[in-house]
Amino acid sequence: MGFSGPVALEPAVRSRAHHGIWGDRIFRYLVFAVAIAVVLLIVLFLYVLFRGSVPSFQAFGWEFFISSEWNSVALKFGALPFIYGTVVTAIIAMLLGVPVSLGIAIFLTELSPGWLRSPLTFIVELLAAVPSVIYGLWAFAVLAPVMAHYIEPAIQTVVFWQVNGFAPLFFLQPLFAGVPLGTDKLTAGVILAIMIIPTVTAISRESFAQVPQNQREAALSLGATQWETTRVAVLSYARTGIFAAAILGLGRAIGETMAVTMTIGNSNTITTSLLEPGQTIPSLIANSWAEAEGVQLQVSSLLELALILLLVSLLINVVARLMIRRLVPGGGRE
Amino acid sequence: MKPQRTGWRRWKSRLMAVLAVLCVVAALIPLFAILGAALARGLPAVLSPGFFTTNLPVPCSPGTLPADCPKGGIFNSLQGTIVLIGVGSLIAIPVGILTGIYLSEYGGSRASGSLRFFVEVMVGIPSIVVGIFVYTAITLAAMNGWISSFWATSTFAGALALAVIMIPIIARTCDEALAIVPRATREAALALGIPRHRTTLHIVLATGRGAVLTGVLLGVARGIGETAPLIVTAGTLSIFGFQGLAHPTANLPYTIYQFGLSNYSNWIPIAWGGAIVLIGVMLLISIGARLLFYRAARRMGGGLV
Repeated sequence: MGFSGPVALEPAVRSRAHHGIWGDRIFRYLVFAVAIAVVLLIVLFLYVLFRGSVPSFQAFGWEFFISSEWNSVALKFGALPFIYGTVVTAIIAMLLGVPVSLGIAIFLTELSPGWLRSPLTFIVELLAAVPSVIYGLWAFAVLAPVMAHYIEPAIQTVVFWQVNGFAPLFFLQPLFAGVPLGTDKLTAGVILAIMIIPTVTAISRESFAQVPQNQREAALSLGATQWETTRVAVLSYARTGIFAAAILGLGRAIGETMAVTMTIGNSNTITTSLLEPGQTIPSLIANSWAEAEGVQLQVSSLLELALILLLVSLLINVVARLMIRRLVPGGGRE
Repeated sequence: MKPQRTGWRRWKSRLMAVLAVLCVVAALIPLFAILGAALARGLPAVLSPGFFTTNLPVPCSPGTLPADCPKGGIFNSLQGTIVLIGVGSLIAIPVGILTGIYLSEYGGSRASGSLRFFVEVMVGIPSIVVGIFVYTAITLAAMNGWISSFWATSTFAGALALAVIMIPIIARTCDEALAIVPRATREAALALGIPRHRTTLHIVLATGRGAVLTGVLLGVARGIGETAPLIVTAGTLSIFGFQGLAHPTANLPYTIYQFGLSNYSNWIPIAWGGAIVLIGVMLLISIGARLLFYRAARRMGGGLV
């Protein structure tokens, strides 16, 4: 949209506008400087967090990533339990959240009557407006007890169900062993799934809207049913967009702090069962920040974890944005 | 497609439609459950006298009769949030809008394209990382003697973190808002000999002000609800209100977190009352922003909506 090149003015106008041209120059430099500064902020992020994590890196080196000890008395810090917790909760969130979001996007673009589309889109977008601490409060006070008393026992009943002494779902049993607590990795994954729905829905809806109408018509004219049309003409056409939507959701899931901190049970351990507490990188930072202050090595270890989180989320967002950009004419600009 | 019997194919199509509807329902349940729970648990506190005008109470020791528990409201917490978001906005709104102006008006397609890309990537940086960044940046500056290290956990640091979160959101939406101002408007202004910066500020920005305001509102809304960056900067000292930019301050999101997780009978209702206030503000802003944007887009006749 930008204009390039100077605007040619008549000489008479030029003298009158001399002040304006100086103003032009100053304003142009101002907006340029501000815009560059905003983008250089990313570089500053990397520099500051890198500087801050130097003590931790010097003390633990690469062992930081494979050690599972987090001991502020012995000053030994390892990241493995938190990387594990972040990965596990993000996987649960993706497994639950992405299919539901695709279902919503399909409903909104392919099935919904016209009058319902706009209000429903707005309501789903409201899910994104709810602050994460509110999700956390609700998940802690309402969802976690429901998980502990109803949903988790029900899952256990199914998984441990036996026919003639043989449990058909035996391979899932380690994932759902133990006493359901409610504040565990599964609950954290479920609340994350809810929180990524608006992101994943919005991007996949956008990419479904890019599908040319004649794709659908072609499928329908071949005698395809509504679902076959959606699958063949829409879903496969928009698969890049779906993938971008899913990894943007992943980006949101790994960085989410409050809702996870309030539901995951905050235990620095690696356990197979999803019904046992855990800890993610953001939840560890939120939990141990106050006590870590003053212990330089612990703060530095937390900074190294923040740096890892930053690098991963930058990578995720760059990949997702590149895919969206390729997809939408005009560079992802609505 | 493999040949299949038509009856089964129709049935499958219907099944999938039902599943899609169930997905929509699955997303609406938590939204309404959250609203319902907040109203049920928080409304008594919000309606109690002094909820907005008294300070956060000290915790009620277990075993005390409810009548003997210290009472209080969210006054100093609300005050902290207003200061945080006010100072944050003072930084973020001008910077965000100027960046948006650059992207839309000055960058040219290639420079704007790549800067826009970075701004979008910045939106995806986790908010806790932003908080950590601000804390560490101030700490590093303090090590060089530029600033005292207690600024790292202060209201100012919190406001700065909120600003860093808000800037890319405001920049992006401002860029989008100015894009719907018709090109002819700019050309007409320039043709009249109005200098380019005046055209941008007085004509383009003024024409797109409704949509720009939408972007600002969305950015501010995002900032109001952020908790994680405040945990590492401004929120560390629980129940004391605003005492100056150099000190930590109680704030609404942190109060909801701290009070909601507590065991104190006089704290939990305040957390839910605070949740109602926060949700109410967010709903108002979301709906208001949407109305503003539609009105602005329609007025300009942009084919956007």
